Amino acid sequence: MMSVEAIRPEANDATAVGAFRTFWGQFRKNRLGMLGAVLVVLIAAIAIFAPLIVTHDPIRIMVGPRLAAPSLDFLLGTDQLGRDTFSRTILGSRIPLFVAFASLGSSLAVGLVLGLIAGFGPRWLDNLLLLFFDTIRSFPSIIFALALIALLGPSLASVILVIAITSMPIYARVVRTQTEGLRNSEYIAAERSMGAGTTRILAVHILPNVLGPLVILVSMDVPAVIAVEAGLSFLGMGVRPPTPDWGAILNDGYSYIDQTPWLVFAGGVPIVLATLGFTFLGEALREIFDPKLRKDL
Amino acid sequence: MRHDDSIPPLSFSRPLLEVRDLSLDFGTPRGRIQALRKVSIDVPAAQVVGIVGESGSGKSTLAYTVMGLLSENADVTAGSILFEGKDLLKMPAQARRNLLGDRLSMIFQDPMTALNPVRTIESQMIDIQHHEQGSRSEKRARALDMLHRVGIPDPQSRIGAYPHHFSGGMRQRVCIAMALLVKPALLVADEPTTALDATLEVQIIHLLKDLQKEIGCSILFVSHHLGAVAELCDRVAVMYAGEVVEQGAVRDIFHNPAHPYTRALLECDPGRIKKSTRTLPTIPGEVPGLLGTKVGCIFRTRCRQAFDRCGQENPVEYRIGVDQVARCHLLDKELLVSV
Amino acid sequence: MWLYFAKRTILAVAIIAVAVTLLFLMIMAVPGDPAVVMLGPRATPEMKALLHQQMGLDKPLVVQIVTFFGGLLHGNLGFDVFSQRPVADIVFEQLPFTLELILISILWAVVIAVPLGCYSAVRRNSLVDQVAGVVTVATIAIPSFVMAVYALLIFAVTLRWLPAIGAGNGLWDGLIHLILPAFAIGIGWVGYISRLVRASMLEVLGENHIRMASSFGISEWRIVARYALPLAILPTVTILGVGIAWLLSSAVFIEVVFARPGIGALIVNAVNTRNYPIVMGVVLVTTFLIVAATTLSDVVNALLDPRTREKL
Repeated sequence: MMSVEAIRPEANDATAVGAFRTFWGQFRKNRLGMLGAVLVVLIAAIAIFAPLIVTHDPIRIMVGPRLAAPSLDFLLGTDQLGRDTFSRTILGSRIPLFVAFASLGSSLAVGLVLGLIAGFGPRWLDNLLLLFFDTIRSFPSIIFALALIALLGPSLASVILVIAITSMPIYARVVRTQTEGLRNSEYIAAERSMGAGTTRILAVHILPNVLGPLVILVSMDVPAVIAVEAGLSFLGMGVRPPTPDWGAILNDGYSYIDQTPWLVFAGGVPIVLATLGFTFLGEALREIFDPKLRKDL
Repeated sequence: MRHDDSIPPLSFSRPLLEVRDLSLDFGTPRGRIQALRKVSIDVPAAQVVGIVGESGSGKSTLAYTVMGLLSENADVTAGSILFEGKDLLKMPAQARRNLLGDRLSMIFQDPMTALNPVRTIESQMIDIQHHEQGSRSEKRARALDMLHRVGIPDPQSRIGAYPHHFSGGMRQRVCIAMALLVKPALLVADEPTTALDATLEVQIIHLLKDLQKEIGCSILFVSHHLGAVAELCDRVAVMYAGEVVEQGAVRDIFHNPAHPYTRALLECDPGRIKKSTRTLPTIPGEVPGLLGTKVGCIFRTRCRQAFDRCGQENPVEYRIGVDQVARCHLLDKELLVSV
Repeated sequence: MWLYFAKRTILAVAIIAVAVTLLFLMIMAVPGDPAVVMLGPRATPEMKALLHQQMGLDKPLVVQIVTFFGGLLHGNLGFDVFSQRPVADIVFEQLPFTLELILISILWAVVIAVPLGCYSAVRRNSLVDQVAGVVTVATIAIPSFVMAVYALLIFAVTLRWLPAIGAGNGLWDGLIHLILPAFAIGIGWVGYISRLVRASMLEVLGENHIRMASSFGISEWRIVARYALPLAILPTVTILGVGIAWLLSSAVFIEVVFARPGIGALIVNAVNTRNYPIVMGVVLVTTFLIVAATTLSDVVNALLDPRTREKL
């Protein structure tokens, strides 16, 4: 008979520094992953230091002529209200990152709790929750988002709420699958036989094992969230004017597409770079940590 | 029957398959693994040659090398594989592939996964006859005949079924039928009975023996089961850690084993233990890691009779009887003593 | 077999029922008079009264839900008080435009992606595989509406090769008008499907029966096409069903960018004008479509594999 310790699935005895070193060794070889990391760091830096980078007040109208072409003063030209596009693009980096952080964070928390309940609770509750998850997944996300926005009114809070609701079921399902697997494992049974309560088992044994894969999964959804936020703002259903946002800038560019192609680039290129950066980074992380992760869905 | 005239007469010709000094490495992230070292084995026409050894001895690797079915990280570093006088390793890929399913065919270890799960037995058996002439219905008739010969009851109604309709034993019969359907000169059988239970094993061995006589092909029979080898084979080679340590006629090897490893293997065979015992004997120690180059006898770490010389030089082949050779320094000493 | 279909259908119906209930509760959960919420600030008192009467808002919630379901069973999605037409008529008028766009997009994506995925798997680490690997990740990541705006800018505005807006008149003109929208939606799917096919093809090619087939000297591409692809394609079939949801979401943007008719454009307009009955109608119809598509793809998947086919 093996000892209880010996069959624990995750042995955390390696030092954190050593673990990071092995990770970094693998990550460095992944060229796309490095490119992604550079892009992500760059965008984060721009978001943090945005007020220092902007050349004009991004909200003030008529700081220049309307729809002016790029010049030394207005690096990316001006929009239809004579606002400086460069400053708007720089400050626009804050919204997507904030939305991703807020929506995925709350989605992760709720998904984790519901997943643990489904995986560890009674059978009927599991079935009920699964039906609930499947139902939410059956809503076409953007159309469902539009419906919620129709009810709640267009705002950043609505966007965050919608993304949190629609991405939660996938996380909950992964947590449920993993919890169920662990629940039936020998080492949990052994813990139980030694008198460990449900709360203790969940907190000490299941949570640490479930959290790692979940965080990677969530990080892989960041590009999708950026796309949804930009998309809703593009449709005029996200941030309210005059707040600068890439999707809104892209929409300005789209409206004047035959006159001012630079507006399209000012809004679109950052969206592309951000989604690419986070995708490459997420792919690299997944390859290193868990190649089979997505198959649990 | 177009191959019949090409089978050379038994006595005067060279062996059908001659493996000469074959060495093979696997490239792994931790270094190169020497899976085969200077392996030489002959398979004469119309004979059954067994290869025995523990897991990891390289016996399956040898079988796959002959068929050319190795994974991408395998690298033949030396030696040759002459089949019907031509070196398989120097052939163009297309020419070599043309031999497969025609002059060469293979039976695999696990019948449960060897057949394509989404295609019927019929379509698979017709597909493999792609080297043969004849219409679809002729090929189907040949397949039916062969299924009948391997003992599939009511082949007419079962040929349209999918693999999952058959039990493990029946699937291995189907695999044997497929391998023999192409009338190969050499059949490579990689542990064909390992995944089956004991009664089925006996049946499959008898089936192979009967069909081999009927068809007149040679078999390279890879197994870790000594009983099966004794039952089926004419000759046997004993492999240990990538080397052939002893080979010869089955009778000689089993009655007069010369290498300590062969002796140990025979002592551990449950079928050959005379007195009743509560514990099965085992060979103490483990097969050595094959990473990097080795000096000395490969078996010395587990050999009860090892002495200084075993750690210093590789033993060469010593001839024991008319047709038996073994790689062990003890044999040299015995010769010296007897002279 | 029939038991399986029955089970799948019951599950599908259950999901739709829960979905409808959730949507219903969502409306109710919004503070204030549901009629005002549903009709928006522009509603006249007559409209409110009509809706009150239609939805039975004075009755208990359970009765309201049951009445709502009863209407659904008769294909009644409600009444658009602004245009004085049934919601179902308006939605089903627009649905064909969206379906046409989605089907053309997925079709060209599959035709390109499956061979590309197979080739990348068989010639792993070849130049084609490596280039495809990077390009496909990129095309998956770039949002379809950004792709659409750039396609519009390059091919319609700058080069003037293709029409920019509308759905066109007649078959040929209609197809010409489909090129850019279908490109913008499908390009991400080429990447997605080819990666999926590549991954499952690699897995299948490592299976024992493939080695057995090669041991008979069957040519490489014949093994790929006849032995490996029937197995490797199964996950793709499942994903195509789930993908309908994604495609419907992309269609919303694409229809707006290219000013095409369709349910995406319909719901965006409805949201802008606070026309809640139309919004709910589109949500219900698209949810039904998605549930039907996922159920269908699961059933097709089960039918394609003889092992599951017989267990059904």
